[in-house]
Amino acid sequence: MRIALFVTCLADTLFPEAAKATVRLLERLGHEVVFPADQTCCGQMHVNTGYPDDALRLVRRHVRVFAPYDVVVAPSGSCVGSVRHQHAMVARRAGDERLASRAEEVARRTYELSELLVDVLGVTDVGAYFPHRVTYHPTCHSLRMLRVADKPLRLLREVRGLELVELPQAEQCCGFGGTFAVKNADTSTAMLADKMRNVLATRAEMCTAGDSSCLMHIGGGLSRLRAGVRTVHLAEILASIEGAETAGERDRLEVGS
Amino acid sequence: MTARDLILGRLRVALGEPPADPAAVPRDYRPAGAVAVDLDLLVHRLTDYRATVHRCADADVAQVVDEVLGGRRVVVPPGLPRHWLPATVAAVTDENLTAAQIAAVDGVVTAAAVAVAETGTIVLDAAPDQGRRVISLLPDVHVCVLRADQVVATVPDAVARVDPGRPLTWISGPSATSDIELNRVEGVHGPRHLHVVVVSAGAAQHG
Amino acid sequence: MTRTFLGMPATAPRGVGNLRGEESFPAAARRALGDTQLRRNLRHATTTIRAKSAAVIGELPDWAQLRAAGSAIKTDVMARLPELLEQLEAAVAAAGGTVHWAADALEANRIVTDLVRATGAQRVMKVKSMATQEIGLNEALEAAGIEPVETDLAELIVQLGRDRPSHILVPAIHRNRAEIREIFLREMPGVDPALTDEPAVLAAAARRHLRETFLSTPVAVSGANFAVAETGSLAVVESEGNGRMCLTLPETLITVMGVEKVIPTWADLEVFLQLLPRASTGERMNPYTSMWTGVTPGDGPQQVHLVLLDNGRSAVLADAVGRQALHCIRCSACLNVCPVYERTGGHAYGSVYPGPIGAVLSPQLTGMPDNASLPYASSLCGACYDACPVMINIPELLVHLRGQAPHPAGEKAAMGAAAYTMDHPRLYAAAQRAAGLARLAGPALPPPLNGWTASRDLPAAPPQTFRQWWAER
Repeated sequence: MRIALFVTCLADTLFPEAAKATVRLLERLGHEVVFPADQTCCGQMHVNTGYPDDALRLVRRHVRVFAPYDVVVAPSGSCVGSVRHQHAMVARRAGDERLASRAEEVARRTYELSELLVDVLGVTDVGAYFPHRVTYHPTCHSLRMLRVADKPLRLLREVRGLELVELPQAEQCCGFGGTFAVKNADTSTAMLADKMRNVLATRAEMCTAGDSSCLMHIGGGLSRLRAGVRTVHLAEILASIEGAETAGERDRLEVGS
Repeated sequence: MTARDLILGRLRVALGEPPADPAAVPRDYRPAGAVAVDLDLLVHRLTDYRATVHRCADADVAQVVDEVLGGRRVVVPPGLPRHWLPATVAAVTDENLTAAQIAAVDGVVTAAAVAVAETGTIVLDAAPDQGRRVISLLPDVHVCVLRADQVVATVPDAVARVDPGRPLTWISGPSATSDIELNRVEGVHGPRHLHVVVVSAGAAQHG
Repeated sequence: MTRTFLGMPATAPRGVGNLRGEESFPAAARRALGDTQLRRNLRHATTTIRAKSAAVIGELPDWAQLRAAGSAIKTDVMARLPELLEQLEAAVAAAGGTVHWAADALEANRIVTDLVRATGAQRVMKVKSMATQEIGLNEALEAAGIEPVETDLAELIVQLGRDRPSHILVPAIHRNRAEIREIFLREMPGVDPALTDEPAVLAAAARRHLRETFLSTPVAVSGANFAVAETGSLAVVESEGNGRMCLTLPETLITVMGVEKVIPTWADLEVFLQLLPRASTGERMNPYTSMWTGVTPGDGPQQVHLVLLDNGRSAVLADAVGRQALHCIRCSACLNVCPVYERTGGHAYGSVYPGPIGAVLSPQLTGMPDNASLPYASSLCGACYDACPVMINIPELLVHLRGQAPHPAGEKAAMGAAAYTMDHPRLYAAAQRAAGLARLAGPALPPPLNGWTASRDLPAAPPQTFRQWWAER
């Protein structure tokens, strides 16, 4: 199958390992991955911060860039959620019904990684090997906007060597919320503290999720605590095979002040 | 311009042009008549919310009332079947008693209009055998006698059966509150003890 | 202030009522977050209610269908609001009640105060009502020399503690049993000094305290959960029996109700009476629901008034997306599942309507400038939408209202510039490389982005972006 990668601006810029892992995984499963070079950002940050007019040009770009492809995948529940639930709304708000219906077309063909694997490609055992104790945080947008339900867990359970431990109060938000993390930094931090407490209680080596944004938040907090627990994107686990594990993002987290 | 005209005018401006076709309401939930009545469920639900349930034949109601209120003073509505009252209670019929007079008695015995099995709810509609709303409110013990044929399965069944023109009181267990740490505790302003006597023709079991 | 014309939808006036806080949400939240007792109380209470509610919702096989029906009925109500109110008015009047219309909080307070004065009463008893909290009725009555007595246990705790409500259903949710005991010992005349902090004992103390008030107060003020246009019936859903006392014992009953509470038909109650208790207190049915239609000779109040309140609701209705907020049945389910509310409590929202629904309702009632920080008081996690029994899409509303909020000039310029850059892939790629270089300047960020680095480390820029890697493959 020919699959277009919607890399997301965050993975492209700050977390390329998640995107590279998505490419390696899909190619290993025998699919052709293409990267439409004119893509940039889906506009979610603009929409969610209250700038739908600025987002319009990004929605238009996204729709134009991905319209030619039958299947589009992103390693992010949140950005797929934006494509599915916000793009048409932004277009309609601007009175552009034609763009809205094209956006809906693109949205119908756009999948979050676990959805693509389980629903479209019909696999749960992707042949991965990852000998670590791991806990999974279901990100809010994958859980409640996309309803991916247990698809990521079904994928993780098939990974050889992986010990999956349940995260207490898994469905509680980690407190990221895009610009919420800076506009309401104190509340966001309080939510993060509880999420980290639950992650640490699992005694997992790593916390995984389907969104680099939430992982940046959780991982940034764990790094500050020197907790010794690292974050790793679901794609990186699924792309790992014996003798070629990915390292996660631990080595690139810096100390802030 | 009156406030009425002002508000209605504002609301009409806010709505703009009326929509061509009003939205239809999907009513795919269980409607009245969809579910069979389950008396045991009613008993379970009443008990779960701390009501005491008695099941007996009509002829044995007085005996139950005696067990609950024997030797005490009760208020009763004018239309209450008198054979429900044992000789052991001092019954005062509510003929425009004052609130203070009603508050001074120990208990009240009423009939009911309808009961909902699924939620453990009895509904009073102020008919002569149930009386004014105040009599089932101020005394601390409420004995409510329910005929089995007054029990319906669900809330839609009850809404369909009651008369909107009458003052209605839906009662699900004794007075309670969830205001302290969101835990339910029984016993605030209404009756702290609710006894429901379910009368089924011929049945004479006690429980 | 822009000049408004008669008949144009209007927001709630300033200077009266309790819809506006004194500080922004982040500032108020910061203080609340420092109160560890508050956070323990909230966590305990919301965890309890979530489990209870989930259990009784799980018993119903048709919860989804009931939600869909509730949502559709409310959509229909908003579309036909003027005609339904006229129908309600006629039905209430036919049954012997008197209907009053109040364009805003000032007018509503004046109507109620005049009605109480006409009875000669010096004291009124109140059933918990969000509408009267919203308009500041107690303050208005006190100014007129009339003593309002709150009879709901939580409202009583708030009133005795000279506190503010922090939850729609349980205004004293921020207090635990030990704190309630202290308030009762301090403020309740004649209370048993041996009072314990057992909830049943505290409830019994409230019973004794209010009994005489119930028997001797000739006027009561209530809200209404539902008003049926078809029959003129009003409904109050409660637990303790204080509602029944107020609705039954006095000679005069004054009900203050937001115009959006009307429902079209009697049969519609079959939907809401199933949705509300299970979503709200997590009960199959609340202990008491009272329904009355005008005056019943010889039974209950013989003077029955209904005050229909606008106070900004017409302005909410004017926003075709935002009007969803008027569907709210005040169950509090969205508060109980909200991770932000659970940590900050209700006072941080400033308005009497806290939590997710407050964050979308309050700014619309007052106009955005007066509550500009509230639509941002959410991580958009979506738990509120899942919990809402009438399926109000609160995350969508929050985002919609953010689009109307006043934006800081610097942020606005940056967002515009970012959108422009991201619409030009070559500029975008250049900016990605520049961002990597800028990170060399140091790991800390300037305000407001230092909100991030206060508690979280930032990822270092990777050696190459994905698109660089792809290009080199």
